[in-house]
Amino acid sequence: MTDVGAPTVSALSVARLSCHRGGQLVLDDVTFRVAAGDAVLLLGPNGVGKTTLLRVIAGLLRPSSGSVTLDGIEAMADPPPSRAFMHIFGPQNGLKSTLTVRENLSFWQRFLGEEDDADACDAALRSFGLDDLAELPVSVLSTGQRRRAGLARLIAVSRPIWLLDEPNHGLDADSRRALADAVRAHVYDGGMSLIATHSEVEAGPVRRLQLGAGQLDVRDADSGVPA
Amino acid sequence: MTAFLAVLRRDLQLGVREGGALGTALGFYLVVIAILPLGLGPDLDLLQRISGGVLWIGLLLSSLLSIDRLFAHDLEDGSLDVLMSGALPLELVVTAKAIAHFLVFGLPLVLFAPLLGLMLNFPLPASGVLVGTMALGAPAVSFVGAIGAALTLPVGRGGLLLALLMLPFFIPILIFGIATLNASLGGPGSAATPALILTALTLAALVLAPFAAAFALRVQFRG
Repeated sequence: MTDVGAPTVSALSVARLSCHRGGQLVLDDVTFRVAAGDAVLLLGPNGVGKTTLLRVIAGLLRPSSGSVTLDGIEAMADPPPSRAFMHIFGPQNGLKSTLTVRENLSFWQRFLGEEDDADACDAALRSFGLDDLAELPVSVLSTGQRRRAGLARLIAVSRPIWLLDEPNHGLDADSRRALADAVRAHVYDGGMSLIATHSEVEAGPVRRLQLGAGQLDVRDADSGVPA
Repeated sequence: MTAFLAVLRRDLQLGVREGGALGTALGFYLVVIAILPLGLGPDLDLLQRISGGVLWIGLLLSSLLSIDRLFAHDLEDGSLDVLMSGALPLELVVTAKAIAHFLVFGLPLVLFAPLLGLMLNFPLPASGVLVGTMALGAPAVSFVGAIGAALTLPVGRGGLLLALLMLPFFIPILIFGIATLNASLGGPGSAATPALILTALTLAALVLAPFAAAFALRVQFRG
């Protein structure tokens, strides 16, 4: 859970980012900055570009213009240096249904972290209440249990930037709390989280960025201070 | 290297646990070969003459049957996003997946071929040669197929489109595979020349196809 030995990033900057999807302008001149220790909720109605923004930051989509930088280093270069720093967690869980929960996690550990760390795997399982399900194939799990098993990847492999797309989807109240705890612990350890969501993530003090019609209202919704 | 082996091991594991796909490929190969003598009649000389070519064509078609899903499963369950954001270059991810495809599908099909050859009056003592030439060409089918799988990824079930797109690349593999087999079974000419060309084709596919497939994936994804 701690970021010992993991690469660290102190700031993620998005500058004048625009992105077209299917000929439509989805993101229009979006600028904001996230510092280590920040948990940011990305809010806005459906289709406003939350997922697009996360995917651009992760390097999975190419923006029309603008830049994403990690500590001043261009993250869009090819190959992107951002690879080692980010977790992208999307609407699907990234799990193989015929493998057990533990096999899935230890695969991601070896793929993303280059090592199979059983302790980190156990810690990840525990934090999402999956101890008893570890040896079951994912195909027999419920929707919420799969979601939790997917989220466990964030803890099993330590990376400073979490990009979460609707992580609450399908989770019950307890699991939402577990997710919020995980996010809080992560930012407390100096990580950062960018969470696209419709529902609350009670992760302690969070910043809220409101996306509307492709424009980001770059205000901290709690304090009204420009972000 | 750990990451590369992790992908390879996972795909092998999945191939074994989801045995249905291999069963389908083997079954398809069986059907293609089994109906042929029924259509052509019981002329044993004719069957023997065409057996090498038919076994190769069947191998190619059965192999293509499974390869269109090479990236589709990873796309559907969200794994592809993570595979694309790991430290391992996408080219090596593709390489690991293509090797796994060869081991899970290509190799069993190759080993199945001599058995099917019995139905076509293929000389049993030549089984070793048959397996050898096929094992030389089958990796190329998996690697070239990976390009097609990447290109047709957004189409969904793009199996036929994949075969159509990649046809020009499969033809040389087929020609030199069959030529090697026929030459080593006492046909005119030496077997060494077509065998070397087949090996060169496979080696070229091993090196070049991962770049093409990874490029295709990136273009589809990043727009």
